[in-house]
Amino acid sequence: MSLSGSVSRIWAVWLKELIQMRRDRLTFGMMLGIPIIQLILFGYAINSDPKHLPTAVYLGEQTPIVRSILQGLENSGYYDIVVQTSDPTEGQSLLSSGKVAFVISIPAGFTERLVRGDRPQILIEADASDPAASSNAVGRARAIIGGSLKRELSGTLGYLAPTPEPYDLVIHAEYNPEGITQYNIVPGLLGVILTMTLVMITSIAMTRESERGTMENLLAMPARPLEVMIGKITPYVMVGAVQTSVILLAARILFHVPFEGEFWLLLVGVAVFVVANLALGFTFSTIAKTQMQAMQLTFFFFLPSMLLSGFMFPFRGMPDWAQNVGSILPLTHFLRLVRGVMLKGGAFSDVQAPIFAMGTFAIVVSMIAMLRYRRTLD
Amino acid sequence: MKTEFAIDVRNLVKRFGDKVAVNGVSIQMPYGQVWGFLGPNGSGKTTTIRMICGLLNTTEGEGTCLGFDIAKDSRDIKIRTGYMTQRFSFWGDLTIRENLEFVARLYQLPKMKAKVDETLENLGLSHRQHQVADALSGGWKQRLALAAVTMHKPELLLLDEPTAGVDPQARRDFWDEIHRLSSNGMTVLVSTHYMDEAERCDRIAYLANGVMVTKGTVGDIIDKSGLITFTAEGDQIREFATHLKDEPGIEHVAYFGSALHVSGMNREHLEAALKAKARDGVTWKEVRPSLEDSFIALMKSSGADTRAHQ
Ligand SMILES: Nc1ncnc2c1ncn2[C@@H]1O[C@H](COP(=O)(O)OP(=O)(O)O)[C@@H](O)[C@H]1O
Ligand SMILES: [Mg+2]
Repeated sequence: MSLSGSVSRIWAVWLKELIQMRRDRLTFGMMLGIPIIQLILFGYAINSDPKHLPTAVYLGEQTPIVRSILQGLENSGYYDIVVQTSDPTEGQSLLSSGKVAFVISIPAGFTERLVRGDRPQILIEADASDPAASSNAVGRARAIIGGSLKRELSGTLGYLAPTPEPYDLVIHAEYNPEGITQYNIVPGLLGVILTMTLVMITSIAMTRESERGTMENLLAMPARPLEVMIGKITPYVMVGAVQTSVILLAARILFHVPFEGEFWLLLVGVAVFVVANLALGFTFSTIAKTQMQAMQLTFFFFLPSMLLSGFMFPFRGMPDWAQNVGSILPLTHFLRLVRGVMLKGGAFSDVQAPIFAMGTFAIVVSMIAMLRYRRTLD
Repeated sequence: MKTEFAIDVRNLVKRFGDKVAVNGVSIQMPYGQVWGFLGPNGSGKTTTIRMICGLLNTTEGEGTCLGFDIAKDSRDIKIRTGYMTQRFSFWGDLTIRENLEFVARLYQLPKMKAKVDETLENLGLSHRQHQVADALSGGWKQRLALAAVTMHKPELLLLDEPTAGVDPQARRDFWDEIHRLSSNGMTVLVSTHYMDEAERCDRIAYLANGVMVTKGTVGDIIDKSGLITFTAEGDQIREFATHLKDEPGIEHVAYFGSALHVSGMNREHLEAALKAKARDGVTWKEVRPSLEDSFIALMKSSGADTRAHQ
């Protein structure tokens, strides 16, 4: 088995596919038209009320009043305190890697100053890159803390309880301070559009050959399954690149979405994501018997991708089973990546987990495709 | 790895569900010959050809093609074989040139551009090379397909009804090309329904209901059929023929041009039947049965297709 032979055959299939793609005006137009239409349709938001958001607390002291505040936050159902730390910098890194949605800081001397009537500060830093996820929890914080203190301060300290609040609640919405939903939706749309168009197009790659009767000819010639697969999906990587450019430009021009992170990092992520989707589409085309079935498989995949990836509903607001299903979908990881890079300005170390997850997905589905690939007409 | 036979398969069986498409076919075909593969529609010709070149797995049976195991070495077989499918299966939305270039690249032909130019020139399609293949007429499509599957100079050529629906002149051109390729050393197995094409083959294999009914040269097949044939000439032959069809002793009645062929397996019975139906102005003459007479008899004697019940 010579490498130059493989390259020559991949090149042959690649060129053939590219020419056919170009001649199929309708499909070609759709690949560029769909992103623009969806972008405009989806440019407006979807909201929800997620609970049990992971929260880190930084405690400068441990007193009954502080514990009571934490208790109140947990009882509200909005905050799940997953980390308690006495290191003031740890909260920030947890927030930027997306491990927690909130960091609540209660400084040393809080209780003493509260008793003195100095109105000490409580700081809540929220990951607002997904504002739908964080806004309700933040909105409730004042009432929750007020309720806890009212109980604590009922005895001899009763004089502190009445208005105004005896403490100062400071809220920092990080990454998307205005809580503009489009900032979250538009980068997500990049993932949704790539998923839909790329899976759909490659899912008919082999079924089209069967339906047109050209499959027999292709099988009678000495191209290997992997060569056919690579030759057939790589032309669409370029389509993905064009779509990505269109959406990113629109994000900038129409919705003024900021770009905080490294551009190359986003490109690496997009590339892995595009390959994952193309490989999946090709796998569908080895399973489906007709183009119609291929389309149905695509939609069967597309719906959960929309619903369970965190695009439609905040990921953390979903029940566990849905989160588990969502974790398999490449779109889920792509959303983490694209939000992490575009809105949070994350570095490679912050987004390597989603990149790795998408890469694993691509390899696994490619292996399935190779097992399913028809080598004969049986 | 040179074996005695280009195709050497034994007892090939192919079932689709409970339908038996091919039922124990054996072929031993020497290198360098042109063989005709005949049989009615649905008799299993296409299925047999596909098993030989590794496009279908066999249900039973085994064998080699160009010395390679048809079950295991299908890739080696594909590299050395040209297979022209029954239905045109090149890419209609690619141009003539693009189709040829695709094939040339897949087989890594050296000097690809020059090779494609030469092929187009030989085909006489140079001036149409930038039209999509779908724009070609049936005859031209077949010639393009033949050119495409022979570009890599295969040792074995498998042609599945290459001239179906092609006009007589184009058929003759096509066969001239087949003989030219054969004289260059290619081994050719071609399936067809046309008797004149069958007569141009070194040997004929006749399939019916998935079974090889007879094989041999044209002469062998006619002799083996054991048929006796009389030809009648005279007035109102057509009307006369209707009276002969159901007569005992007469196997079949068929026209060749204006002559009527009446055939039977038993001389006594046949002559008795003809005597009984004697008529003024009609003269009988015994002739050597034609290939077609033999095939009509074979088709009748192999009976109805009962494979679904086997
Ligand atoms: N893929 C298939 N599935 C089911 N039946 C098939 C398939 N291919 C062929 N057959 C059946 O097998 C028989 C032989 O077909 P085929 O080999 O195409 O005959 P021929 O080429 O001599 O006309 C036919 O009855 C046909 O219906
Ligand atoms: Mg056939």
